[in-house]
Amino acid sequence: MTIRLRNSIKEWITGLGSVAVLCSEIISSLFKSKVPWRDLVYQIYFIGVKSQSVVLITGAFTGMVLCAQTYFQFHKVKMDTATLAVVSVSMGSELGPVLTALMVAGRVGAAIAAELGTMRVTEQIDALRTLAAHPVDYLVVPRVAATVIVLPLLTAEAVVVGIAAAYLVGVFLLGIDAAYLWHNMYRYTGAEVMFIGCVKTVVFGAIIGVVGCYKGLTCPQGAEGVGHATTESVVYSSIAILISNFFLTLLLTRLLQGE
Amino acid sequence: MIEARNLKKSFGTHRVLDGVSFSIGKGESVVIIGASGGGKSILLKQLIGLLTPDEGEVLVDGESLTDKDEREMLKVRRRFGMLFQGAALFDSMTVEENVGFLLRREGKLNESELRARVAEVLEMVELKGTQEKKPAELSGGMRKRVGLARAIVYRPEIVLYDEPTTGLDPIVSDSIDQLMLRVVERLKVTSIVVTHDMRSARRVAGRILMLHAGKIYADGTPDEIFESKDPIVHRFVNGISEAKEHKF
Repeated sequence: MTIRLRNSIKEWITGLGSVAVLCSEIISSLFKSKVPWRDLVYQIYFIGVKSQSVVLITGAFTGMVLCAQTYFQFHKVKMDTATLAVVSVSMGSELGPVLTALMVAGRVGAAIAAELGTMRVTEQIDALRTLAAHPVDYLVVPRVAATVIVLPLLTAEAVVVGIAAAYLVGVFLLGIDAAYLWHNMYRYTGAEVMFIGCVKTVVFGAIIGVVGCYKGLTCPQGAEGVGHATTESVVYSSIAILISNFFLTLLLTRLLQGE
Repeated sequence: MIEARNLKKSFGTHRVLDGVSFSIGKGESVVIIGASGGGKSILLKQLIGLLTPDEGEVLVDGESLTDKDEREMLKVRRRFGMLFQGAALFDSMTVEENVGFLLRREGKLNESELRARVAEVLEMVELKGTQEKKPAELSGGMRKRVGLARAIVYRPEIVLYDEPTTGLDPIVSDSIDQLMLRVVERLKVTSIVVTHDMRSARRVAGRILMLHAGKIYADGTPDEIFESKDPIVHRFVNGISEAKEHKF
């Protein structure tokens, strides 16, 4: 039991070290080699454009349910018109970035791990190396750069759609006064809320890209190995997103609002 | 030209290579034979720096590859071409994109020169007109030929073949053997082939190395190896298993 625990801890620390090495190689690749623009544009299309429907549905229904729940509680203390303000702050700084990142981790992180994992088990990554192409330059950099670029944009879409859907639910379904609803949202949603959300999405994008690529590149042999890499990519990136979200909220709020 | 000095490699507690040493001169055609799982492919991958030995070193023209990092190795690997066991074609690309991959990345040739070079090599491997096909549309033998075209299109000095005829029928295997001979003859490359196909080994080898128990067990011309009286070599090249009595 002790030996198993020791091995697990050793494996975990080795894994963290390998991820750190991969991150340093990504940064060094950005300075040392040419950015493969064609691949980057394709990845932006695949990760960004193809994820829109999932992200928009998530944003809209989260905004709607958040609006309904907030209204049910606020109505008891006659604060109906503050409903949209709660929705916009929650969507802008917490729910928008986290839920968008989790959806993208499920769709894109898994796809990255499966693609690179299959390339590894079929020796395509070794073939790349024999053809004088560094796998980090050719495979990892376009994917990580694309997730970092695309996630803030997808989150912005989800937040806007979520607030719009909440507005419609508030005004047409729950009968809240439209002018005060809008006014209060505008009054209580500061620019720093959106800035915090934006910074988080950049970090979450990097987590999804790096974890997906790392799991793919270190995938064990065989179909089972690809399956494990895919599952682990989604699980680890989701956990990392949730944990880092808490610390980013504390850090950024203290920095920007001094609280 | 290429030299292995005391290469050792273990996976967990299993030692696959236990002090492999040999030297291969420029223009030689060497076949490495040995049992399945005996470390032939591991050895080949160490020669091109895809795997790092636990001990020992690989030298190309006297220059050690062991201390080089991945980016330095990319320059050295430009001198090598490699045909993988399953061809390892990039399945998202067409045949032309696969074959012209390295040349396109280097950017030294313009698009029409590149297309002409790819067409010339595809003709050499008897796959004229397949430029627009995807790897999934090709048979096993055709995939190996495309893999070979990709390995030789940039005119490397050393070509490595990992089990080039495994999984192919005898006719296709024969055509791959002919291709390997043609590559050596036309491009004057050093050729290192890993195989357990004895018919193929006899046909393409100028020299045979036999890997057994993690070491080079035998080294000689095809005639010397195939007529060897050593029981291990004799049994392997003639495909004779150790007789065991089974009681049911």
